[in-house]
Amino acid sequence: MKFKSKKLTHLNNHPVMCIIMNMQKIPINTYNSPTVILELIYRLKVKDVMCSNLITVNRRTSMREIQKLMRKESITGMPIAEGKRLVGIVSMDDIITALDEGYIEEEAQDHMSSKLIVLEDDMPVSFAITYFDRYPFHRFPVLNRKKELVGIVTSRDITTRLLMEINREIDRIERVTGYDKQTGGETHQVRTFTVLKHDFENAGGASTEIKKRLKKDNRDPRLIRRAAIASYELEINLVVHANGGEIKATFETDSITIEAKDTGPGIPSVEQALTEGYSTANEWIRSLGFGAGMGLPNVRRVSDEFSIESSLETGTHVISKINL
Amino acid sequence: MKLQDIEKKLGYTVVTLPDVDVEITDAYTSDLLSDVMGNAPEDSVLITIQGHKNSIAVASLIGMQAIILCNKRSAPEDMVDAAISESIAIFTTSDSQFIASCKIGTLLNS
Repeated sequence: MKFKSKKLTHLNNHPVMCIIMNMQKIPINTYNSPTVILELIYRLKVKDVMCSNLITVNRRTSMREIQKLMRKESITGMPIAEGKRLVGIVSMDDIITALDEGYIEEEAQDHMSSKLIVLEDDMPVSFAITYFDRYPFHRFPVLNRKKELVGIVTSRDITTRLLMEINREIDRIERVTGYDKQTGGETHQVRTFTVLKHDFENAGGASTEIKKRLKKDNRDPRLIRRAAIASYELEINLVVHANGGEIKATFETDSITIEAKDTGPGIPSVEQALTEGYSTANEWIRSLGFGAGMGLPNVRRVSDEFSIESSLETGTHVISKINL
Repeated sequence: MKLQDIEKKLGYTVVTLPDVDVEITDAYTSDLLSDVMGNAPEDSVLITIQGHKNSIAVASLIGMQAIILCNKRSAPEDMVDAAISESIAIFTTSDSQFIASCKIGTLLNS
């Protein structure tokens, strides 16, 4: 947790500052962020997320009118503009102070905030996020290169747009069927599937995809069946026993390797887990037909090469290689 | 034996029946999906009480053609949807797995 403590001694009754004091710093510059997210917040510009359908008033508008307009339009900050030039902002705080101190009927120009922090429409969204972290404001006006007011950004605008973009990106990543990697002149393909804990609804999805792929490649049906068995059992293990995990299928010209990796809780006795009929599955999982104690034995039986490593600290990693 | 025989000759109820002309050569009776996965033969019919979507996943992955749900078990909607998209037949019956297995065994031998 980071503290913005410099001015807090005399401002610690101020609600905004208090919130900031307790808030975690937005993790925007984390060096280990996934590339796709970093690319996203640098690729997206402020103009992509801002609201450009602006309501503005001029400096002669009364604080009362602004208050009514803010309520009617459900906005929390009103830009005061002269033509396309931004001259100030009246925030909800300014309105409350006006009501409190009895000057609500007076004109905006005498009470608006005019020392403004603004964003430029060409700045990356990462800038805007940093601004929300750095300043106690809930919105930033956006100017274009000609210093004209073109929009306003709230953290809600950023959240909405970022989520939309993240969904689109993830969707794209999931649709991309693996990627080609050149290894020693041989092309192979890797596909990775995320498997969630207790997600019986989608259990079998990864295996189905793997099977389809092998079928498309016209592989021997007996080998396809073995690969289907290995991947399905490993997938179900992730659903039933692990806190979710990943299935990785590596398609090579002469083999398929299926790997299952999870982050826990780990298998207490690998030897027992490899014994037919031994199962730790509970009643309701058995009632679905799982937990026969044949999962790992089935995988080992159909594999040409099989390895399993499990630790209660780091989870389980199973590799099954089937020669085609 | 043909898939259609399960309805015509045994009077089992059709839930979904793909329009395919396959020869059923074998059957497997089990309620444990890993057991089915590991041991059931291809082009066979699964006799079980596991009326849920995962049975379709297993049947489809190992190339089984039909599932007979015994003991009056019914097929939930998502199971039927999955069966239709994977072209797997589903039948229901009030027979137990044992009785159904005997009847299917007779059909296969005739």
